[in-house]
Amino acid sequence: MKNIAIIFKREIAAYISSPIVYIFIVFFLILSGVFTFKLSGFFEIGQADLKSFFGWIPWLYLFLIPAISMRLWSEERKSGTIELLFTFPIKIYEAMAGKFLAAWAVITSALLLTFTLPLTVEYLGKPDVGVMIAGYIGSILLSGCYLAIGCFFSASTKNQVISFIFTFVNCLILLLIGFEPFVKFFEGLHLPLWLLTQISNFSFFTHFANIQKGILDVRDIFFFVTFICVSIYCGALILENRKAE
Amino acid sequence: MIKVENLGKYFDNIKAVDGISFEVKKGEVVGFLGPNGAGKTTTMKMLTSFISPTFGTASICGHSIIDDSLSVRKNIGYLPETVAVYSDMRVSAFLDFAAQIRGFDKNERFKKIKSVVDVTNLNSVFNQEIETLSKGYKCRLGLAQAILHDPPVLILDEPTDGLDPNQKHEVRALIRKLSTDKAIIISTHILEEVESVCSRAIIISKGAIAADSTPEKLRSQSSFAGAVDVTFKAAKIGIFELLKGLTSVSQVNQLNNQRYLLLPKSGCNLLEEVISVSTNNGLTISDITVDKGRLDQVFYEITTNS
Ligand SMILES: Nc1ncnc2c1ncn2[C@@H]1O[C@H](COP(=O)(O)OP(=O)(O)O)[C@@H](O)[C@H]1O
Ligand SMILES: [Mg+2]
Repeated sequence: MKNIAIIFKREIAAYISSPIVYIFIVFFLILSGVFTFKLSGFFEIGQADLKSFFGWIPWLYLFLIPAISMRLWSEERKSGTIELLFTFPIKIYEAMAGKFLAAWAVITSALLLTFTLPLTVEYLGKPDVGVMIAGYIGSILLSGCYLAIGCFFSASTKNQVISFIFTFVNCLILLLIGFEPFVKFFEGLHLPLWLLTQISNFSFFTHFANIQKGILDVRDIFFFVTFICVSIYCGALILENRKAE
Repeated sequence: MIKVENLGKYFDNIKAVDGISFEVKKGEVVGFLGPNGAGKTTTMKMLTSFISPTFGTASICGHSIIDDSLSVRKNIGYLPETVAVYSDMRVSAFLDFAAQIRGFDKNERFKKIKSVVDVTNLNSVFNQEIETLSKGYKCRLGLAQAILHDPPVLILDEPTDGLDPNQKHEVRALIRKLSTDKAIIISTHILEEVESVCSRAIIISKGAIAADSTPEKLRSQSSFAGAVDVTFKAAKIGIFELLKGLTSVSQVNQLNNQRYLLLPKSGCNLLEEVISVSTNNGLTISDITVDKGRLDQVFYEITTNS
């Protein structure tokens, strides 16, 4: 536990001193602004909620999070510090978790910097604060899942491009299998109902959409948290084997 | 404190390390010698349990590198060949990070860092970004990190590579100072380093141990060991034959009119004989030296023959 905190602090310090975080935050704020206001016509709709904003989150993260996660281990490999790190008396999962949490904190900070949106909505009308809070919680959990997948692929390969593409594709698949048009497509295949439910149960989209309705169901949260833990654990296993490559 | 038993590592078809065994006790500084690609770094990476061996095993302070990697790493200070340090940190932050990982609380960290910064002469760059440091400073920072927790075992992969002569001198002095209560392995291909800091030299070649002895003994295996280089005050005819006739001489080379190089038969003492034959024949010696043997010669012979 203590080692996780030590790694976390070092990572955060490294983020703060590098331009990448700021670029990430600026990109995130600009893109989410463009999508929400221009593409979805936030003001034109005239509804006092953040549905249009949160609706874009899964797609926006699809590009931004792999860009963060691909660097997690490749930088350590390139500079050789991975050898230093793992000849220190720490466990692999501790390093993995520390790095994951630090990157998650950065992504979450960027998300929380959109606080002006709920303030605007609050000013314009009478929004459901609970739904807005749930929207943020869902987005944070979703970003954790993307990032955990990214951690896994960053541990698997030293090539950043491969890491980005594999993370992107995996997140995309796990989104789409719960996305309306695809669910319709599966239904058209006359698959048994239990299989259909299982497929969409495994999708980020299904659980994300549930939380967006403003209901924090234990099952949805359990899904996200379990997914994150399992991905990180698998990433640690694969890193154990590939750390010296 | 270090015990290596038939340790081996194959990378696909490359036999990087091919079954080596040796022990290192407290107080010993072992020089790991060998040409590039001999398997020095690979051996060190196995000893620090960064990579796992293909066969064989080793233990550090009684802890197996295979089953108890965490205890092994607690007992080792390691300087990797790449001198890996986080270049985005400041020297102070980096050492503090290393000290936290080693489990020291805030007060202890302050003391430990102060003391290693003093011994490794890092005071002047303490608040500098690591990125901006010269190779010599980075190397000393790597060393500082390795000795921070006062480990019983030190493994240093080419610790003086890239340092200027003064820095080399300092690092060697530091290693000598540390050696009293530690078991130390340093890899190098600088032979003078072995003579100046190591109490023992292990020469490895193509993944196997080719020699394991003290630097003095190794040196005396050189074909030049005991050779006498003698210069007489005046040139005279017949000196060559006179020297050639000595019982312990195997070969005489005339270097110029007055100067001769004599190689001994093995185990014979040439010096006394040369001096006595000179005085008996009224020859005045103006200069005479005995070769103590050359490590580079032995190194060359061992690593190219096998
Ligand atoms: N990760 C690796 N994959 C394949 N071959 C390797 C790897 N690491 C080292 N080798 C090979 O093992 C041999 C020994 O290398 P090394 O231990 O680095 O030698 P040294 O440190 O004595 O110069 C070399 O032939 C090298 O090419
Ligand atoms: Mg090497």
